[in-house]
Amino acid sequence: MTFDNAFGDLIAFFGGAGTFLLALGVIVFAGFLLRSVGQMLDHKGETFNEMPLIIASILAILLLAAVSLFWSAFFGGRATLRTIILVVAGIALAGWLFRYLGQMFTNNAPMFRDMPYGVAFGYALAAAAVIGGVWLYFQENALFFRWAVQGFILFGIGAFLFRLLGRHVGTTGSKKLFRAMPLTASFGIYIILIYAVLAVFAGVIAPHGQEEIFTKVNVLPGGDPALGGDPDFPLGTDQIGRDLLSRLIYGAQNTVGIAFATTCLAFFLGGSLGFLAATLGGWLDQFLSRAVDVLMAIPALIFALLLMTIASAWAGSQSWLLTIYMIVIIAVIDSTRVFRLARAVGVNIVVMDYIEAAKLRGEGLSYLIFREILPNATAPLLAEFGLRFCFVFLTIASLSFLGVGIQPPLADWGTMVRDLAQFINFAAFSPLTAALPLLAAGAIALLTVAVNFVVDWMLHKSSGLKE
Amino acid sequence: MNIPNAPLVEIKDLWIEGRADETWMPIINGASTSLNKGEVLGLIGESGAGKSTLGLAAMGFTRDGVRISKGEVTFDGIDLINASADTKRHLLGKRIAYVAQSAAASFNPAHRLIDQHVEGPVQHGVSTRVDSVKDGIELYRRLRLPNPDEIGFRYPHQVSGGQLQRAMTAMAMSCRPDLIIFDEPTTALDVTTQIEVLASIRDIVEQFDTAAIYITHDLAVVAQMADKIKVLLKGDEVEEADTRTMLSSPKEEYTKSLWAVRSFQRPAKPSVPAGSVPVIRVKNVTAAYGKIPVLHDISFDIHAGRTVAVVGESGSGKSTAARCITGLLPPIDGAVEFDGEPLPRDYRQRDKMQLRQAQMIYQMADTALNPRKSIGEIIGRPVEFYMGLKGAQRRERVRELLNEIELEPDQFIDRLPSELSGGQKQRVGIARALAAEPKFIICDEVTSALDQLVAEGILKLLARLQDTLGLSYMFITHDLATVRAISDEVVVMKDGKVVEQGEKAEMFRPPHHPYTDLLLSSVPEMDPDWLTNLLAERGVENIGDAAVGKM
Repeated sequence: MTFDNAFGDLIAFFGGAGTFLLALGVIVFAGFLLRSVGQMLDHKGETFNEMPLIIASILAILLLAAVSLFWSAFFGGRATLRTIILVVAGIALAGWLFRYLGQMFTNNAPMFRDMPYGVAFGYALAAAAVIGGVWLYFQENALFFRWAVQGFILFGIGAFLFRLLGRHVGTTGSKKLFRAMPLTASFGIYIILIYAVLAVFAGVIAPHGQEEIFTKVNVLPGGDPALGGDPDFPLGTDQIGRDLLSRLIYGAQNTVGIAFATTCLAFFLGGSLGFLAATLGGWLDQFLSRAVDVLMAIPALIFALLLMTIASAWAGSQSWLLTIYMIVIIAVIDSTRVFRLARAVGVNIVVMDYIEAAKLRGEGLSYLIFREILPNATAPLLAEFGLRFCFVFLTIASLSFLGVGIQPPLADWGTMVRDLAQFINFAAFSPLTAALPLLAAGAIALLTVAVNFVVDWMLHKSSGLKE
Repeated sequence: MNIPNAPLVEIKDLWIEGRADETWMPIINGASTSLNKGEVLGLIGESGAGKSTLGLAAMGFTRDGVRISKGEVTFDGIDLINASADTKRHLLGKRIAYVAQSAAASFNPAHRLIDQHVEGPVQHGVSTRVDSVKDGIELYRRLRLPNPDEIGFRYPHQVSGGQLQRAMTAMAMSCRPDLIIFDEPTTALDVTTQIEVLASIRDIVEQFDTAAIYITHDLAVVAQMADKIKVLLKGDEVEEADTRTMLSSPKEEYTKSLWAVRSFQRPAKPSVPAGSVPVIRVKNVTAAYGKIPVLHDISFDIHAGRTVAVVGESGSGKSTAARCITGLLPPIDGAVEFDGEPLPRDYRQRDKMQLRQAQMIYQMADTALNPRKSIGEIIGRPVEFYMGLKGAQRRERVRELLNEIELEPDQFIDRLPSELSGGQKQRVGIARALAAEPKFIICDEVTSALDQLVAEGILKLLARLQDTLGLSYMFITHDLATVRAISDEVVVMKDGKVVEQGEKAEMFRPPHHPYTDLLLSSVPEMDPDWLTNLLAERGVENIGDAAVGKM
């Protein structure tokens, strides 16, 4: 029986291999044909004359795939595929037309004259996307999209006004900074400022306390009684009757505050050790770098989860102690990334002549690190700070979501998303209910986007890239 | 479009602006010139004069943030300013080529030389890959690159700087262009390497009757290369004339001052009294980087108030000798004595006063000054560190030092290094060294990154400081004109050994050690026939690196 089986497998295998070899032969032959035809049609060009057979075969495969796609779209009754192909072809045509008309009407202005087709296609695609967006905006059931667009426009206008303000108020230096600032960066700074104000003055701004429990549970956002809202709770209440608006505002304080403290600690640890390794080199550098390698080899979230489980046993019932442990654990894990950056930036600075001059002057280690190296490393470190802040922030949110992070009753966005997560199932027939968990998730997303806008801008500035 | 007797390139009243600090600043103010087929135009001027910008504009190209505000550039009847990107794409690389200053930074390190060489001809459809490779090897042979059949199949890092520069010239030649723009092609090279590159560039330009624009700040070089010379000053045309007229009878004051730079020379000092203790004595020093020996048993003395020039090509161990003196590279054997007292080998074991006595001025002022610190802080730190002055006293001392280096204190004390010109930065480097009030200063190629006029200013400043403060200098350089100008004694180094040493006057008088002779003969002179005569006298095989190889 075993023998029969093995024999059967063998036949099946060779049968499979045979088919495979046959297909390969056909493809290579097609590639060969393709190349020959190409050489005949374009016998001067280098493209076909020096093309290896394998490239020709890959081209043949792509050609076959394209032909079969078209076949199934137009003759095999695949309606969606047909639509996609037609739309792409339409955009391609529109792009070509756009460039052609531009050349005609502007009398061959350099912008249209030297425009590559790819750019023209991009313009047409962007126009198509805008048209699609407008169409979607007026669809009845695209409620979230409508909200997103409204929010985006609102914040965009806010950012524009903010930049306008910055250009006219302040010192000469800050005015110049605002003049050179792209709208994305001012959007980012504007959002971060709003969050900062909310976090600092949470106690004054929030209408209720974060732990206050009301009798009305599961009030929907919107504040319209006809739709299940309540004017007292503009963003609704959760399952046990806590005001969501107040919890969102206090959440800014807890989540953002803790994330900030954690990032600062991570930078202090990673930055000073990284510069130390860069300056001293030798075995200390080896030891620290290998230790960091070991820490980085363990997946960060799993490692954090493991340590948090141990820490929660140590902390017992004191939840503030657990928060401290969390800050230290995340800071240590994240400092490994900071260490690598600081060391990499540091070794580039350490070889500069001015460091040599300082060493020959007889300067001590702390002067070298803090007065000579650090001022030159601020730009990349600051950019990394923004990025790292986002990651720490998301880690805290994930840990809270998993139940080991910030402990109730303290409001935290990660915990809020977890607590209200099941309402997302109602999205199809009651969008307002589904909006409950999305509020906290949106707060996280908005801050992340804002910080990244600012980081991009700083990176752009520090790298000296100019358009 | 070929009109007989029309110039190949014609630039008429060209104005170029660059964007800085939110406004458009003028870079070129109304330059005009024309260039016939087979003619070489030399563009000279100090840095910031707009030489490179004008050179690039002759290709119809401007760098980012720079625009042509008005004027005309025509190449063979084609209006380059209003030409479409497509037209330019067909011209650049094929009919107009460019050779950049640093070949090492301009070659793509990930591809072999020949692959980069054939790209132009293949893309422009001039020839096939196979023909282009053959032609490349032929060009390498004509440019007298060693091993022309194989050198193209190496990667850029496997080839020396001078060879790379020639490979780049070959690459520019690959499509047999009508015009080549050379942007300071020999500035980064040693004299012995420079002469070879110059000879081969001149040779190949003549062979193919190519027109060229040769940009440089070295007058002696341009005198060898150009048929006519155009002098630029801060974007303004100073004058233009054919080379011989320009050299023999310059009209403008500025041109005359450029010509006069080379005549700066200090009066000879009386020789050192026998038995006096030198400030620095390098005694039988042998040093190595890891296991690779760099210095072999070198000895020389530097006496009070005198300048010792250490000369040699790159890699000869000049800077390593300086590192041994400062203690950055502890020697394996031998000793460095200061005023008769041996110094600890490692700088970490020297005390503050020993460190204070030997200061250093670096070649690249850009990397020698911390870009995040103001001039006041940079100079103030050694004042505070060594002299213990604080607050107002410290500021007063910094102002004194700034006055000493001829920079207006009120204007400069709060500026950052990036807000200074190259020469001003170098002055700040000098002030930082002076702040320690040392007896001895090592000047490591301090003028080689500067224009001649600025360099002359620095040399005069150093000479004046030496006379007033009684300093001793160790002057590391590969530029023999500088040696002639400032030194009292000369030490010639080659492959980590001292080849020859003695008083300056003796060094410039035959008989020489063959290497000293080669160094001396490789320094370009202002005479436009110098290179031709030298080649006639010695033959191409006996100049530059080829001759070094034979030693």
